[in-house]
Amino acid sequence: MMKSLYDVIVIGAGPGGLAAAIAAKQNGAADVLMIDRDLELGGILLQCIHNGFGVEIFKQDLPGPGYAQRFIDQALGLNIEYLLDTMVLDVIPPAAPDEHHRIYAMSKRTGLIDVQARAVVLAMGCRERTRAQIRLPGSRPAGVYTAGTAQRWVNVEGYMPGKEFVILGSGDIGMIMARRLTLEGAHVNRVLEIMPYLTGLTRNYVQCLLDYDIPLHLRHTIKRIIGRKRVEAVETVLVDERWNPVPGSEEVVPCDTLLLSVGLIPENELSRKAGVKVDPVTGGPVVDDGFQTSVPGIFAAGNVVHVYDLVDWVTEAGLQAGKWAARYALGLSTAAGRVPLKAGENVRYVVPHVINPAALANESIRLQFRITQPIEQPVMIEVRDGEKVIARKGEPYARPGEMVNVTLAPKHYDDVQKASALTVSVVKR
Amino acid sequence: MRDIYDIIIIGGGVVGCMTARQLSRYQLKVLLIEKEADIGMGPSSANSAIVHAGHDPIPGSLKAEMNSRANPMWDQVAAELGIAFERSGSYIVAVGAEERAKLDDLYARGQQNGVPGMEILSAEETLRREPQLSPEVSGALWLPTAGLVDTFGAVIAAAENALQNGVKLLLETEFQDFIMDGRRIVGVRTNRGDFGCRWVVNAAGLFSDAVMHKAGVRPDFKITPRRGEYCVLDRAEFTTRSVYFPVPGAATKGILVLNTVHGNTIIGPDSQTVATREDDEITPAGMAEIWRGAGKLIPSVNPRHVIATFAGLRATGNAHSPNPALNYDHDFVIEIPREVDGLVNLGGIESPGLTAAPAIAERVADLLRDAGEPLPEKPAWNPIRPTRPVFHKLSRAEQAALIARDPRYGRMVCRCELVTEGEIVAEIHGPIPALTYDALKRRTWLGTGRCLGSFDLPRVVELLAQETGRSPLEVTKRGAGSEFLFRQTKTVGEREG
Repeated sequence: MMKSLYDVIVIGAGPGGLAAAIAAKQNGAADVLMIDRDLELGGILLQCIHNGFGVEIFKQDLPGPGYAQRFIDQALGLNIEYLLDTMVLDVIPPAAPDEHHRIYAMSKRTGLIDVQARAVVLAMGCRERTRAQIRLPGSRPAGVYTAGTAQRWVNVEGYMPGKEFVILGSGDIGMIMARRLTLEGAHVNRVLEIMPYLTGLTRNYVQCLLDYDIPLHLRHTIKRIIGRKRVEAVETVLVDERWNPVPGSEEVVPCDTLLLSVGLIPENELSRKAGVKVDPVTGGPVVDDGFQTSVPGIFAAGNVVHVYDLVDWVTEAGLQAGKWAARYALGLSTAAGRVPLKAGENVRYVVPHVINPAALANESIRLQFRITQPIEQPVMIEVRDGEKVIARKGEPYARPGEMVNVTLAPKHYDDVQKASALTVSVVKR
Repeated sequence: MRDIYDIIIIGGGVVGCMTARQLSRYQLKVLLIEKEADIGMGPSSANSAIVHAGHDPIPGSLKAEMNSRANPMWDQVAAELGIAFERSGSYIVAVGAEERAKLDDLYARGQQNGVPGMEILSAEETLRREPQLSPEVSGALWLPTAGLVDTFGAVIAAAENALQNGVKLLLETEFQDFIMDGRRIVGVRTNRGDFGCRWVVNAAGLFSDAVMHKAGVRPDFKITPRRGEYCVLDRAEFTTRSVYFPVPGAATKGILVLNTVHGNTIIGPDSQTVATREDDEITPAGMAEIWRGAGKLIPSVNPRHVIATFAGLRATGNAHSPNPALNYDHDFVIEIPREVDGLVNLGGIESPGLTAAPAIAERVADLLRDAGEPLPEKPAWNPIRPTRPVFHKLSRAEQAALIARDPRYGRMVCRCELVTEGEIVAEIHGPIPALTYDALKRRTWLGTGRCLGSFDLPRVVELLAQETGRSPLEVTKRGAGSEFLFRQTKTVGEREG
């Protein structure tokens, strides 16, 4: 029987949502509810049947569904409630201090649901960029799909969306699908990447493209999609340093399917409707070190905040968000963050956006970010207050496809306490 | 000859469907044929979706007359058909002194066309009303009678209402030739056999020239397809209230920025003559041009906010205006030609064709009357099209009641445009069954949001298969040849089929 008020309601039961729900329960929230629009718990992991999950957290190389199952089992063991095949329509923050967050959702089974929560964790994940967002020229036939849609068809529904593929974008899902489709008997002609470097993980390049002799064409994009009813070919083209097509470099590549792996965008329609402030760079909510958004009591976990490259980090973020959501629900923490974090040299953005120095008294805060361009030489990651370096860490290189992180520890407490803002930079060593 | 009709309409675009609806009033046996898998797949589904005030066509032309006649009809048409329509008004926005001077000419032209309520606004007043516009604005012509309309809905609703009143529709039925008895048309030959009739209405749009040539009519008439490209912006990121035209150039009304009945801003179109009547491609040059044009009017439009791109073709004709006083070669053709008996010939219906469609339909009836058809009215004619529930437009209480009645309205299939399984199933089994993905898109707007269908597509393919008893392998985007899927990965017993 559903309750009318929960301590914590988690929207989305993928890796971020599962972790948040588990952590909320473990941190004292008695009534926790997960709501997911799909038919099963686990989110997009269920269609990620390849391995590569859990290396950080479990020191094991698991397939997506196996990774998800560990958290599903844990959530069920904790008696966390959940609603499946249920869509959240609105999250409405309280209008007065004695009120709660209100959530409207619906499903075939239950009809409209009107339920309240002391704290909410947004864990809706992300969605794929489309051909319109990169304004891909040409005709608009069947056979142009995002890599994730194709992945769902192949791995969940059991259908092949094509025979002869070209993949645009060297994002991880695209490379993984290149391998998957090859294993299912299709031919992947090539993967095109407009940037002069790989945008996904190097390990996926090695394991999915190199091992299967699938060519990667850097600095190439699609000039034109050809075919009226179904894709018949794509015209590829080399681009120069300013992404302008190089005349004479065009090549017509016959194919019946074009897969797009051209980036992911945090999914924040509900967040915006709830009045949560969204960072235009990440596309996700502005959060503090407890993953609380600009709306008190609304937290955000995982890819809804910024797009991670490893699910392990999503889980870690979910655990944080769930813990702080529970504390909020129990009235244990209302302190808002104070010290803003700024993106310095070579850094595109930093999450969290703001930190509460008090939190450093007894625990560490992991700062995560992406850089603007590849630096293929040893680098130093620095956290500075003005000119003063508070924390630093060396890395052999830094690439936009791989998230960078640096940790502030209790030993930095005094320095952070004094700072009015911190800047995170990546500099060549 | 399989069946004998009084009238066969060739072409299920907005003109053909509005004409079918008009003719469904009368005691006539009417057949509408469309070569594609659904109605409204040509220019009627890819345009600016505006009911024009009527300021633009050359005074005295058929375009001007039809535009001015049709504009006031839309409140009633939209109400009867249950389609979204909003009198948003429109602005012609002048930037710089030179363009400001041209507003007076446009005002005068509008007066000649009988456009009501026009006003020339100062730069200050324009910016006060519409602060998004460029600070370089030097004034604007305000046209309060312009409106926004659901262009997909207009076609579908008109056809549904026609069917409801007895018109027969055949899809995937392509006109091949006329069947003649001397100089009299007695039928049409199609890929699905011959159909007898006393009258044919040529509403073939982009192909109207080919159809009339088969009857030996206007051998010099030629459709020159002109493509216009558009971008649709995310309504969560950017919205506008009205329709903003630039001061027009020679051939077109220019690149506009406008609101739609769905709240998404559209920018476009450019104008590019293309070689084939199928070339509705997006091009880098076209995109660059519409962004230049849109940015001139509203500098804050941002390519990052694009959620969809599309292009449509204008069926530009070369008919001299029937008004002998005009030296104008791109007028509408709306006539009963002398060369044959039994043809109502429509051609060159480009912009303002959507606006003009209800008036063109009335004119077709007038021409038939003039030719001696008595057109007695059907006593039971019902102009009201029954609408189906649109979940996201309902109040919470209505939504709850709807799900209680049919639980399928409780499952969201399109997460961006909030389209439920109930709505999709209703359209699959609707008066003109939506049997392709694009047909569902035009009826429900699923897949038109920011994820462009990547979420709903597998779910909709499954629903289409399930509801029509087909395999997902047979489900298409827009008819045979546009299948989404090729084969099953591995056949497991229970998933077979």
